[in-house]
This record gives sequence, C-alpha cells and structure tokens, in this order.
Amino acid sequence: MIGNLDYSTLQAIWWIIASLVGSLFLFLTFVQGGQTLLFTVPRGDEEKALIINSLGRKWELTFTTLVLFGGALFAAFPKFYATSFGGAYWVWMLILFTFIIQAVSYEYRKKPNNFLGAATYESFLFINGSVGILLIGAAVGTFFTGSSFSLNEYNQVTWQTPYRGLEAARNFFNLSLGLFLVFNARALGAMYLVNNIDHKPLTDRCRQSCWKSFLWSLPFLLFVLVNLLFMPGHAVNPDTGEIFLQNGKYLRNLFGNPVTLLLLLLGLVLVIYGVVLTRFKAKNCGIWYAGIGTVLVGLAVFFLAGFNNTAFYPSTFDPQSSLTIFNASSSHYTLTAMTYVALTVPFVLAYIAYVWKQMDSRKLSMAELQNESPDEMY
Amino acid sequence: MVEQIDLSQVNWARAQFALTAMYHWIFVPLTLGLSFLVAFFESIYVRTANEEWKRLTKFWMTLFGINFAIGVATGIILEFEFGTNWSNYSWMVGDIFGAPLAVEGIFAFFLEATFFAVMFFGWNRVSKGFHLFSTWMVAIGSNLSALWILVANGWMQFPVGMKFNPDTARFEMHNFWDILFSPVAISKFTHATSSGFLLASLFVVGVSSWYLLQERHQTMARRSIIVASVFGLLSAAYVGFTGDEAAYSVAQRQPMKLAAMEGLFDGQTNAPLVAAGLINSAKKPGDNQQPCGMEIKIPGLLSLLANREIGSFVPGINDLVFGNKEHNIMGAVERIEKGRIAVELLRTYKEARKAGNTALAETTLKDFQDFADHLGYGYLRAPAEAVPPVGITFYAFHIMVITGAIFPLVFLLFLYFQARGTLDYQRWLQVLGLFCIPLGYISSQAGWVLAEVGRQPWAIQGLLPVTVANTRLSTGAVQTTFFVFLGLFTLLMIAEISIMLKQINIGPEEN
Repeated sequence: MIGNLDYSTLQAIWWIIASLVGSLFLFLTFVQGGQTLLFTVPRGDEEKALIINSLGRKWELTFTTLVLFGGALFAAFPKFYATSFGGAYWVWMLILFTFIIQAVSYEYRKKPNNFLGAATYESFLFINGSVGILLIGAAVGTFFTGSSFSLNEYNQVTWQTPYRGLEAARNFFNLSLGLFLVFNARALGAMYLVNNIDHKPLTDRCRQSCWKSFLWSLPFLLFVLVNLLFMPGHAVNPDTGEIFLQNGKYLRNLFGNPVTLLLLLLGLVLVIYGVVLTRFKAKNCGIWYAGIGTVLVGLAVFFLAGFNNTAFYPSTFDPQSSLTIFNASSSHYTLTAMTYVALTVPFVLAYIAYVWKQMDSRKLSMAELQNESPDEMY
Repeated sequence: MVEQIDLSQVNWARAQFALTAMYHWIFVPLTLGLSFLVAFFESIYVRTANEEWKRLTKFWMTLFGINFAIGVATGIILEFEFGTNWSNYSWMVGDIFGAPLAVEGIFAFFLEATFFAVMFFGWNRVSKGFHLFSTWMVAIGSNLSALWILVANGWMQFPVGMKFNPDTARFEMHNFWDILFSPVAISKFTHATSSGFLLASLFVVGVSSWYLLQERHQTMARRSIIVASVFGLLSAAYVGFTGDEAAYSVAQRQPMKLAAMEGLFDGQTNAPLVAAGLINSAKKPGDNQQPCGMEIKIPGLLSLLANREIGSFVPGINDLVFGNKEHNIMGAVERIEKGRIAVELLRTYKEARKAGNTALAETTLKDFQDFADHLGYGYLRAPAEAVPPVGITFYAFHIMVITGAIFPLVFLLFLYFQARGTLDYQRWLQVLGLFCIPLGYISSQAGWVLAEVGRQPWAIQGLLPVTVANTRLSTGAVQTTFFVFLGLFTLLMIAEISIMLKQINIGPEEN
C-alpha cells in the first residue's frame, strides 16, 4: 500500500512527520521553560522542590522527543543530518551539552554527596532552559535565513565560516526566533505548573509569570512574523531542481497553502487563549490550549520552510548546495519502510497519554512532598 | 577525496567517539540487567505481599535511577555524533543506518521514558499491578533500545540488505528484514544484552557481599544474592554460548578481526588457540619477527571454533594482506588496486553524467560494477592500513574471555554456600564478590573495545574507511570537544559514583 506511493508523496509525508515531532518537542519544552522559573517564581526550598518534582516527571518525554526528532531526520533526510550537524558543529555541540547536563540534574540535585551541590544542578537546569532553547531557536531560524556552506559532488560539506553554526546567533531574525521560543517555553512551563501543582501561592505566581513571559515573547514573535512575510526565500524549480532567490517566498508559501495559514492563525489564537485562561480566568487548563497552539504554530513554521518548492536548509554561499525535501531525503525504499514504522506512533502517543492521565489524576501537593520517602522524590 | 584526508583530525574524532561510547557503556550494561533484576524483585514482592521485598526493590531501584540518569546523559551525544563528527558517514549510509536509530526512539525510548516516571513516582499513584507492569516496561524498553542500536552496529560489522547507488554516491537500503535479522545483528544483541545481565548480577552480588562483610542488612543481602546469582549464572551461560556464536561470526565475516584477536599472522590448518600471551608490537605484516611471546596454546582449537571443523584453515593477517592463492583468498594489496580503479571509474562516471555524455557514463558504469565490491579499499593508502591495531584487539579479546570465565564460578560458589546456609561465614567469597564488580566492568569494556577496534580501519566493514567517513573539521575543534567531553563526563561520573556509594552506605530503608 505505502510502497505504491510516489517518491515525492513519501518525501512530503516525512517532512510532515518530522515537523510533527519537532513541533511536539516545542510543546514539551514547557519542561525547559519551567526550569528557567526556578530562580524567580518559588519562595523557599519547598516550593522549589514542588516545581522540580512536577517537571521531573516529564523531562524525559521532552528529551526523548528531541532524540526522536534527530532520529527521524537522520532516517528520512540524512543529507540534512550530515550537512547541518557536521557543518554547524559548534551550535549543535552547545545544544547537546545543555541537554547532557540536564539529564543528570533532576536525579542528582538532592541526593546526598552529589559532589557539585544542589545550586550547580539547578543552574544546569537553567542553562538548558535558556541557552539550550535559544540555540535551538537560532538553528531553526537558519531554515529561513540560510547558512554559509557548500557541498561537493560526493555531498561532503564545507562550512564557510570558522564559527561553525554559532554565526546563526548573530542574525537578529534567528536570535528573535530563539528568544521567542525561550519566552514561549517559560509561559508554557508556568501553565503546566499551574495545571500540575496544588499550592495556591505558587500557582498564583506562576499565573503572573506566564503573563509576563507571554508579553516578553510578543515583540520577538512579531519581529519574526513580519520578517517572514517580507524576506526573500530560496525557491526550487521543480522541473530542473535549480535553486534561486525569490522575493516574498514565505508570503507566497503562506497564501499558496491555506492549511499553513490556518495552522498559523489557529495556533496563535490558541496560545493567546491558553495564556488568557491562565492569567485572567484562573483556569488550570491553559497549558492544553497553548500547548496545542504551539504545535500548530510549529507545524506552520516547518511547512513554510519545507513545502511549496522551498529549500528548507538554504545555503547563502552556494544556493545550488541548498537542501530541499527532494534532494536531501532517503531512498523510496527506506521512506516506505519507515512509514510503516510510523504507523505505530498513534499507539505510542496513546499509551503516553494514558500514563500521563494515570499519574496526574491527582495534583502534586506540599503534603505529598512532605510525606513521601526521599527516594521517591527529586 | 583521499588527498584531503587529515589523519590527525580523524584520529581525534575516533578518540572522541571511543571516549563517549566507553563512558556510555559504563552505565548501560547495569541499566540493561538491573532493570530486569528490579522487575524480578518487585514481582516477588507483588506475589508474596512481603514488605521486605518492597524495601529491597526500592533500594535497588534507587541505585538503578542514579545509574540510569547518567546513562541517558552520555547517550544523547552518541546519536548526534554520527552527524557532527562523521557527516560523510551519515550521508553515505544514512539511508540504512538512520532507520534503526529512529525506530529505537519510537519503540524503545518512549517506553522507558514514560514508564520510568511511574516506576519511581507511581507507588502511591497507580495500582500495584500497574506499577509492576511499568517496571517490566522499563526493563523491556531498555533492552529494546539495545536491540535497535545493536542492529545498527551489527550492520557496521557486516553490511547487508543494501546496494551502492553511483548517482547519489551512497549506499541505499534494499531489504529491511535482512538488516534486522542479520546473523551478526542477532549475535551482537544477544551477546551484549546478556553481558549486561551478567554485569548487573555481579553488581548486585558485589554490593550485597559488602553488606555481609559489614554485617548489615544481611537478610536483604542474602535474598538479593540468591536472585542475582541465579540470573547471573543463567546469563553467564548464555554469554558463553552467544560469545562462541559471535566469534564464529567474526571468523566467517571479519577474518581480519579474528586474526588480530589471536595475533595470527600466518594462516594455518589445524590452528591452535592462543589462550594467553604477549604480542610483539614491532611485528609488521610480511616481516620475519615472531608475532607473539610466552604463549599458552591449545592445539587445533582455533580451527574448530572459527570454522566448526577440525583441522580447517584459518587465515592469518599476512594471508589477508598479501593474498593466498592456495586458499583462494584475495589480499588487501589486490583489493586496493581494484578499489582504486573503482574510485577512478566512479569519478569518470560522475563527470560524464555532469557533462551529459550518456554513452561514456553508461560504459563507465558497467565497468564500475565489476570493481564496485572493492570501492572502499580504493581509499586505503597502503595495505598495512587494512590491519587493525593487533595489540589492543588481542588483549581486549583475552581480557574479556579470561575474566568472563571466572564469573559463572563465582555465582556457583555463592549459590552453593547459600544452599548450605554458611554464606555469612565465607568472608573470602564476599571479598571475591566485591572484587568482581570492577572485574565485570573491565570485561564488559574489553568486549566493546574488541568489537570496535577490531573493525578498524573501517567505519563500515569493507565499504567505508574511517578516513572517508569523517566530517571536514579542524583538528582543534575536535580536540576541544574531546577534552570538554572528557572533563564533563569525568565530573558527572565522579558525582554518580559519589552518590551511588553514599546510597549504598545508607542502605535500604529500615523497617
């Protein structure tokens, strides 16, 4: 069945799957956002412990989604994997460092004899939530602003700057996208904590923090959106494969594909609705609206970058080296095999949702925190 | 391509991968085995409803959690390192290699990540049955992730189910099932996971021995020892069986690795197995020096193990480098010549395509197919490059086997004295149990050193040498990340060991 699909359909399907995983990751960065609240929102160690324990039950989902995002890109678009990871070496290495230090921090922070001290592990979590997300945003920004590289006839990448990817953070568009993601993650984190914790003084502060983070995110979001509408983009001629710079490329993509426009508008509305529910209506369910909204905006962003004959990883140095979903993908056979594998994803999502529901049926409270034995708490 | 190779950069990239993989493998085998042991302990608790078993389960679970976290931390870099440091590899074989990594994420990592939270924080939030189910899911998830990454590694050792596409200049998947059910993949999976079970059993027996020596938590320690010794003994038997299978597989598919494992330079019929010895590091292929000194040999055994046939011929390094007409072995010398022709033809083909010269492209492609099997050899600069580091491979193999042979005896002794009811008085055995923890780790590391160093110079056996697989980076960049990883992972490991020792010292919750 799937094997009969033509190559370009499979390539599109895999761009959608990769976009979905990437967008789900953006939603799950509420963990990272929550980590950045550690130094400002809680009053005292007990409130801090509430936040850590609440986030600590979810951090692995975010981490695993990032790993899957990498795996999906490797399997479906290996040329992107090779070009971007090998080329933008420093930016990816830095992102990975922030996730390495995150992975031990929940478990080790409060354990006796932890060698580095609780404050170090807390700062690890902060670095992951701030620098990590900022750089991921900057890296995604290069899907639009491009990078300076070339590929030879054997597809070996030569990066043209000694900064190897870090130059992305000098571009204000990329930086804005990164900062938007940081503040969006903070807002999501606050909404998640409101939903997950039963301790009014803390959740009240989370509601305010959510609103502040949202306001901080707005100018960066607007800058990104306005730029996207007017910036030129790398288009690909579907007949010849030739890549050329086209004015208003992303504006064309947005209006050329009503689904993308709809995803973007609906996503933005949902995020705003989630924030308003949390801040002004004293509701706890804002995270779901804002979370789904973030996924939809994420999808729109990735679709803008990859569909409608667009180079999703453009080279500003040598446009013909730019990557498109057509020239960067795996073979027909591999995409087919992987599509069969992807059919199991709804099952995976279903058991995650089931377990989440089971575990979160009761909110985390101060009483629970105080009564649990230390080996059942972070 | 060859002229641009920066050897020192490649070696730093290799060192970095080795460093990060070895750090990761310190923590993974314990996760693989301890997850099952914890599941056994909790199953006994649920069956007996004895709170002692719950305390025991929670104690080992705490140690599991501490180890698991750093396993995750050291693991993420490995996936991405294929892209960052081995980008040409990622392009040339990503069509095949990426798939098991993605499948690992979908099938295994989410299972672990989702049920891990229940396992640690769900005691009072979900039913007893669902909690037990979650613990089993974590064990199954951990081992499933091992399956997929070992399928990927098995494919690097014995590439199957693919073909070379000269237009894209990469290898492309041809048959997913051939890759999944490759005999090398199965052998890698069974051998590596069972060695993890063995190591975790040694860990539980060792830590419990320490309690017996301290005369603390003795009931818990004895209970843990019984379960872990049975699991360890069964695992050790399986490790032996799969090890034999793995060695046979190496002999059939990676004869150069086997020759290096045994320090065998001149092929022999009725070849003896070198049980122990010292490698002459000055020995080079084709010279007259003795390869090995102070050897203890077992006559005829290598022929039997390698080919499952008494008196059969086992090729040595010299046969595989210079060829052996009598036994119909094409040596690296000849393969390099053919490989260089293949490289040249591929270049001509691509130029002809670019110039639109279809006729030339077609004839060149036809010629290329005759030499395509040797393409990877075309990138080797000298025949000696086809030989892996003999000393490291030899010693890694022998350390793994010799230490591995001790462990089943240790488990048997523990079970014997426990059955006689005198385990508490066998201080020497308790000391031995404790000593077996580091020994287990050394054995386990040696196994991976053998698997990976023995495959050199290839990233993909026979197809893609490491000198072509790497990213074009400055040596300084890779040196920097090497030392950052060294520092960071060492720091985190010190923290892990310090926490682990403290938790062991605290011991299980008192009744």
